[in-house]
Amino acid sequence: MTMAARALPPGAGALVSVALVPPATRLSFRGGPDAAEACAAAFGCDLPRRACRAAATEARAALWLGPDEWLLLAPEAETAALVAAIGAGLAAVPHALVDVSHRQVGFAIAGTQAATLLNTGCPLDLDPAAFPVGMCTRTVLAKCDVALWRRGVDLFRLEVNRSFADYVAGYLRVAERGLG
Amino acid sequence: MTGEHRLARGGRVDRARPLRFTFDGHAYEGCQGDTLASALLANGVHLVGRSFKYHRPRGFLAAGAEEPNALCTVARDRARTEPNLRMTQVELYEGLVASSQNSWPARGFDLGAVNDLLSPLLGAGFYYKTFMGPRFVKGTTLWAKLFEPVIRRAAGLGVPPKEADPDHYANRFAHCDVLVVGGGAAGLAAALAAARAGARTILCDEGAEMGGALLCEPDATVDGMPAAAWVAATLAELARRGATLLPRTQGFGYYNHNFVALAQRLTDHLPHVPAGAPRERLWQVRAKRVVLATGAAERPLVFPDNDRPGVMLADAARAYLQRYGVKPGTQALVVTAHDAAYRTALALARAGVKIARIVDTRPRPAGPGLEAARAAGLPVTVGGTVVGTTGSLRVSGAMVAQASGTGATDFETVPCDLLLMSGGFTPAVHLFSQSRGKLRFDAETQRYLPGDPAQAQASVGACAGSWGLAAALDEGSAAGAAAAGSGAGRSHAVTGDHAGEGGGILGALPHGRDPARVKAFVDFQNDVTAKDIKLAVREGFRSIEHVKRYTTTGMATDQGKTSNMNSLAIAAGALGRTLPEVGLTTFRQPYTPVTFGTFAGAARDDLFDPVRRTPIHDLAAAQGARFEDVGQWKRAWYFPEAGEDLHAAVAREVRATRAVAGIFDASTLGKIEVVGPDAAEFLNRLYTNAWTKLAPGRCRYGLMLDEPGFVMDDGVVGRLGPDRFHVTTTTGGAPRVLNHMEDYLQTEFPELKVWLTSVTEQWAVIAVQGPRARDIVAPLVEGIDLSAQAFPHMAIREGRICGVPTRLFRVSFTGELGFEVNVPADYAAAVWQALWERTAALGGTAYGTEAMHVMRAEKGYVIVGQETDGTTTPDDLGLGGMVAMSKPDFVGKRSLARPDLVAPGRKQLVGLAIEGRTVLEEGAQITPTADPPVGTHAIGHVTSAYWSPTAGTPIALALVENGRARTGETVFVPMPGGAIAARVVGPVFHDPEGKRLNG
Repeated sequence: MTMAARALPPGAGALVSVALVPPATRLSFRGGPDAAEACAAAFGCDLPRRACRAAATEARAALWLGPDEWLLLAPEAETAALVAAIGAGLAAVPHALVDVSHRQVGFAIAGTQAATLLNTGCPLDLDPAAFPVGMCTRTVLAKCDVALWRRGVDLFRLEVNRSFADYVAGYLRVAERGLG
Repeated sequence: MTGEHRLARGGRVDRARPLRFTFDGHAYEGCQGDTLASALLANGVHLVGRSFKYHRPRGFLAAGAEEPNALCTVARDRARTEPNLRMTQVELYEGLVASSQNSWPARGFDLGAVNDLLSPLLGAGFYYKTFMGPRFVKGTTLWAKLFEPVIRRAAGLGVPPKEADPDHYANRFAHCDVLVVGGGAAGLAAALAAARAGARTILCDEGAEMGGALLCEPDATVDGMPAAAWVAATLAELARRGATLLPRTQGFGYYNHNFVALAQRLTDHLPHVPAGAPRERLWQVRAKRVVLATGAAERPLVFPDNDRPGVMLADAARAYLQRYGVKPGTQALVVTAHDAAYRTALALARAGVKIARIVDTRPRPAGPGLEAARAAGLPVTVGGTVVGTTGSLRVSGAMVAQASGTGATDFETVPCDLLLMSGGFTPAVHLFSQSRGKLRFDAETQRYLPGDPAQAQASVGACAGSWGLAAALDEGSAAGAAAAGSGAGRSHAVTGDHAGEGGGILGALPHGRDPARVKAFVDFQNDVTAKDIKLAVREGFRSIEHVKRYTTTGMATDQGKTSNMNSLAIAAGALGRTLPEVGLTTFRQPYTPVTFGTFAGAARDDLFDPVRRTPIHDLAAAQGARFEDVGQWKRAWYFPEAGEDLHAAVAREVRATRAVAGIFDASTLGKIEVVGPDAAEFLNRLYTNAWTKLAPGRCRYGLMLDEPGFVMDDGVVGRLGPDRFHVTTTTGGAPRVLNHMEDYLQTEFPELKVWLTSVTEQWAVIAVQGPRARDIVAPLVEGIDLSAQAFPHMAIREGRICGVPTRLFRVSFTGELGFEVNVPADYAAAVWQALWERTAALGGTAYGTEAMHVMRAEKGYVIVGQETDGTTTPDDLGLGGMVAMSKPDFVGKRSLARPDLVAPGRKQLVGLAIEGRTVLEEGAQITPTADPPVGTHAIGHVTSAYWSPTAGTPIALALVENGRARTGETVFVPMPGGAIAARVVGPVFHDPEGKRLNG
């Protein structure tokens, strides 16, 4: 990602804002149910078994992305400690833990028009009844693969691979103009 | 004054808000609520354009989307100029500038009208017949030299702007329980019932105002309210209940799984467009259920000269009169095969238009309209017909005859300046048909009606063949309630809707006039006559699809909305078959034309496709790098210094790297972390090499085959621990390799405990290559012994560089001592900067992809996709030693024993040494002799060719039959300027012993 995306201004309209989230620890965790259980203990946050659901504590979150795949989110400074703790907790359980903190960039999309803004490029039904708070999934935004997590009725987190961040930021700027 | 033909009161226009506009440079005044069509009619303008082929004067036929004649160009500026707009749908705004099309020098005097006199030459299929014209020069027909240039100049209607579209187009994905297409009586009732039942409802309508035919019914009441008041109350309740209301929105495409595309016009009706506002929005709707309430279109009658300005559909005249308060004429003649036209006659009479005659083509007509007209004393001729019209730029009379027998010759000319016709109504089944629903032909009413729906869909009102307001409202309500899953709809009390059901005619009216001298138009927009269709049948066309293409009937921008049923009936008559036997042409998306901008949306300019940049991009740009596109990536191509071109920069970069060192941004390299207790076993099965014995901390060059045994990717794989590998792939192959691996893991080897994670973007990669590479890296690295003994070629270590974590590879793609510094991407810019400062201080260089390619070619390192073409085996590349045939299995293993893969004569990778200074062209063919005759079999082709700064000569890699056995032979590369001789050599041009790697 280049400086352009870093300098993304907050959304122009009061009804929706787009902002980059601060750098974070991102860990891709892969493994079976027993591994997930052990990981939750070491991570300090539940790993949801239900498809497309996220669990979150104050500072951590685990997003179900596949039957044996979770994205773990935590504050930036905790990467090494978490890798060590989970590694130690799962020494005897087959699993894969890979640091992907720098692979992705997060966007926070907030406001009463947040879902509408996303629906300019995301074909999913984002009505709260169909995509409730706490739901997460891989999907697309225009021509970019993204992971989408609804943190509140009017608050979404978008995770994109870093080289697509400029595209996503530029797309959202243009799409915001089309909300009227 | 908003036009001398404007009524003092009535209609839905706001006379207090006059709007000035121009048409063909003349200034006019209309008022708020007008379309361009109604405003021009209010000013007495009927002649609005020339027809496509014969340049005949044309006026308004309809009042809505089905209009075939009245096309115009609306221009806001040079770039915002849109041709082929239906004037019946162009909303008037202050300052609108519109012009007619297809006429020169003026629509009143058009030189192209000479085509009307030449029409004997321009009959059905004339275009195809020109293909067969006589040959006047050997091998060239009249077509190529004469007809094609002339037809090309004459073809098409409006002229598109040459400038880029400056407007912005929006997109919206939407989901709903019930989508209602069409906001007339049936659609409004459906939406209301659905919304009342709590369904998420979307209602769209093509018009500026919802209400459809209800807007033209000043005398009707619904549930005790005037029709217009009922519309307003319904819309208010829908809004209150949260329904999405989309006026100016055309439902134009109905696809699988109730996916319906809508085009919403947002700013075309505004006098001043807010800066940056989107012009149109594409709605991509997934509906649980769809209710189609798309109405019906009145059919013209087909009689000679039925296309003069002033000849209009009866219901259109009623719309102009009752919705827009415009008298479309002063003396009207009505010719009809349906009771509905009588209500138009009655309304016109009440507004002071003289009804010269009502000619009913039916021998024994009956109906409330007829009775009311007789009661009002209007002159009615039963069993009559019209066999022609008089006038030129405006109709001046109708030739009225008795319809008895096969054709009438005795006629009486009745003066009129408005000729209204009604051939009955054609249900708008376009969207139903697009949804793959099968139409059924109703023999009694001679209409195609929706059959069983193919998707979760219902058709209601006129598009389903129902007649009258009450039926439309009740059907709509029932369908809306059913779609929302809430039982029955309600019934409505309707008064003042007196039109009678039934009647209608298909095909041409009989006449006894000379068919060679008169034209009875079927398709107004493409100038197709009844005679053309009969001619096509006479010339042997049987299928309606062929008749359509041969005559072009129904192929214009209106897709035959007013013409298809008549042309079908004429063809059926000529063939002596029934309509269902002749078949029906396919209804295709879009229902009305949709702008390209609406489809493109945001995908233009910088957002056409994602542009991916590495974390080092900005620094490389600041160093003056030129970039090249590699897929979606921008990669630094070369770093020119002052005055250098590509060639000079690359030569310098190569020399500096080989003499000192160079640094290179390799971040786009694909990377996959393979983790789990079965990781080594998994790689054993996916790569040709053996991995079990690779020690942690060591790397191996891996070769991946596809199932047929051909090379599909390669890359260095480092083992970080017993159960963890860092796999690299080619830049372009990264997603394909990950998918390939996942596919095998999930379908063939699900028992393996191993997981794959893409880390391409986690790790930025900076290659440091050259004899001084260690000196550059060493001071920045902590925790790794860089000595040749401790850290040999093809090793990997984890440690820190510049204070941040690194996976440091000792690898080389240049043939020099080399490292590849992997760091988490956020740190890449700082590490690049530190490495660059050390490199520059030692006299090294930054190099780009071009120098990288040259250096790897000097070493004979292949690039998958350049030296390989999907039919290349490891042995073809001289990499047979990489294949561990002793392994029980790996993907592609069995195929390597296929007879054709072990047969002699396969193309093998070789080097080509060239005398002189000419760099070969990549892809050039290789022959055994210098001047082979045409048709000679090529023995190979050049895969890579560069000027080698190291060798001081051109070099090339090539795939040549039995290439390794030809070492020392001279082969030839025939080029337009003569064959170039080349000597077959080994593929390694630089340091063949590989000593420099191990420095």
